[in-house]
Amino acid sequence: MAIFLTEASKVIVQGMTGSEGTKHTTRMLASGTQVVGGVNPRKAGTSVEFPGGVQVPVFGTVADAVAATGADVSVVFVPPAFTKAAVIEAVDAGVPLVVIITEGVPVADTAEFFAYAQDKGVRLIGPNCPGLISPGKSNVGIIPADISGPGRIGLVSKSGTLTYQMMYELRDFGFSSAVGIGGDPIIGTTHIDALAAFEADPETDVIVMIGEIGGDAEERAAAFITENVTKPVVGYVAGFTAPEGKTMGHAGAIVSGSSGTAQAKKEALEAAGVKVGRTPSETAALARELLTGA
Amino acid sequence: MDLFEYQARDTFEKHGVPVLGGIVATTPDEARAAAATLLGDEPGVVVVKAQVKTGGRGKAGGVKLARSADDAAEKAAEILGMDIKGHTVHRVMIAAGAQIEQEYYFSLLLDRAERRYLAMCSVEGGMEIEQLAVERPEALARVAVDPRVGIDAAKAAEIVEAAGFPTKTSPQIAAKVAAVLQTLWTVYREEDATLVEVNPLVLTKAGDVVALDGKVTLDANADFRHPEHAELEDKAAADPLEARAKEKDLNYVKLDGEVGIIGNGAGLVMSTLDVVAYAGEAHGGVKPANFLDIGGGASAEVMAAGLDIILTDPQVKSVFVNVFGGITACDAVANGIVAALEILGDEASKPLVVRLDGNNVIEGRRILAAAGHPLVTLADTMDGGADKAAELANV
Repeated sequence: MAIFLTEASKVIVQGMTGSEGTKHTTRMLASGTQVVGGVNPRKAGTSVEFPGGVQVPVFGTVADAVAATGADVSVVFVPPAFTKAAVIEAVDAGVPLVVIITEGVPVADTAEFFAYAQDKGVRLIGPNCPGLISPGKSNVGIIPADISGPGRIGLVSKSGTLTYQMMYELRDFGFSSAVGIGGDPIIGTTHIDALAAFEADPETDVIVMIGEIGGDAEERAAAFITENVTKPVVGYVAGFTAPEGKTMGHAGAIVSGSSGTAQAKKEALEAAGVKVGRTPSETAALARELLTGA
Repeated sequence: MDLFEYQARDTFEKHGVPVLGGIVATTPDEARAAAATLLGDEPGVVVVKAQVKTGGRGKAGGVKLARSADDAAEKAAEILGMDIKGHTVHRVMIAAGAQIEQEYYFSLLLDRAERRYLAMCSVEGGMEIEQLAVERPEALARVAVDPRVGIDAAKAAEIVEAAGFPTKTSPQIAAKVAAVLQTLWTVYREEDATLVEVNPLVLTKAGDVVALDGKVTLDANADFRHPEHAELEDKAAADPLEARAKEKDLNYVKLDGEVGIIGNGAGLVMSTLDVVAYAGEAHGGVKPANFLDIGGGASAEVMAAGLDIILTDPQVKSVFVNVFGGITACDAVANGIVAALEILGDEASKPLVVRLDGNNVIEGRRILAAAGHPLVTLADTMDGGADKAAELANV
């Protein structure tokens, strides 16, 4: 099982022939992902050789790639100015899951392609995210595959490196899936979407949810947990000491007035029965207690 | 980026939103000239308005009426240099006076939860909108806007109706407001805004609908298609260290503490600030001095540039480098730190605590240990590193 991504997932890479796309396709292949094609209109009909002699064909369009390979996941590494067109192309080609790694996409573009994808029932993850991994099965995006193996924790996080840190802290337990949903103000898959999927996933026993300052996604997730999640959830919120009015790296990470503070998010989560750690290590310790029944 | 009111006004004008005359001035003489231009030979009033990116300027005495060009110069002299909630007033806008019949409210912004846009509108403008939303939520219409369609004629009519404009008894006013809302959508779309707010939107005694005060926030991610937005930036207001960091494309925010922070990834760096602040509680209350995200790449050049910024902050007493090697290998980061210290030479004069984990960590730690730089201490964990850095800053 795992969520969104399994060993059966067939992945195409939009932007595979660019430097980032090539680098990460190499890594995805090395971690066992079925990468079945790349897309580049100017290199259609060629193929790219990856380490180990793997030949990955390049198609002119996503539609051609899907027709030839049966791909059901696309991962997008194209620059911000071309991301909207790339996502819409993937949606039009009938790809049910599109993972957008690109950082710096104008929020108006995201709002438009999200609305478009939603109408067609396509799940988007990102933009500005590290992607997702179901360890031992498949890895789409840039999460290092060697931090932790398969296990029974489900992880959802806005932040890339904090995802890695938490996987590292809990590497002896392993993960069903870890999903980096991205730090932009508008994202395709939310904490709530991932929580719902982990709740339904028989391979997940404990859910770890990492949030950060800005917006009210964590508060909404807390309300969702109260109503819909029976599995134990451990939470962490980054940015307790962030001052008001300063954007902390992610476009969405800003405390404005009384809203968006880490403290408010922590309180909302705790009211929903979520155990919330003050630091990544404390959060990992809480998850550890739940997993060992200690 | 938030715009000043005068920039919002000019942006509105550019896209056909009805506004009154307004001219920015940085000195009383400029204010006099601006008022003379606006008043012409007629008697009348102008408004001298402090240009600061914060609310409550009226209560702070930052908005004054003037009845002549000389009066405008005097009022400008009073307002320029004033401190409003920590913002020094460097500019005033001289605005034409208006005969106000009624005040309305309008804003268009991102709806993160629904992942579309949200228009908010009320026939009760002028007051703090947060207050209105709490006290009389029914008086504030909230209408969903599809990002692909925006505010077309039908949507504008829907908003106006929902806000309680008397579409039956005063159809002309409702129609005028609806037309203005469509021009405000043009501003939102054409400028890649994430917020366009008009408070108040006024009906003048002459029957015109005019945007009297505006707030606009622009999306920095869209800068690549708006080279002209660079000119709107308030370079004078930026902290000098933040300005230098920006020149080097570093994601840096100056804070008030003593422990310099460098990390990779926004979430991990925010988390590092927290962990350092907690550790500081046991070490004289030292706090993080900055936020600095050197990104996933974490090359030697970027590390050197980052260390350079942090070490020139006179408040910094120690530095905590917290890197989780995901894509970046820790050996590359370690080499970056060693190279950065070489580049900086004697300028590197403060102790550095380095915590590396993840990709190729053993080689990374070996490189730092072998270099044996007297200022560098290795830490095994994020918590341990934060504690050590806090301890070293508490001197």
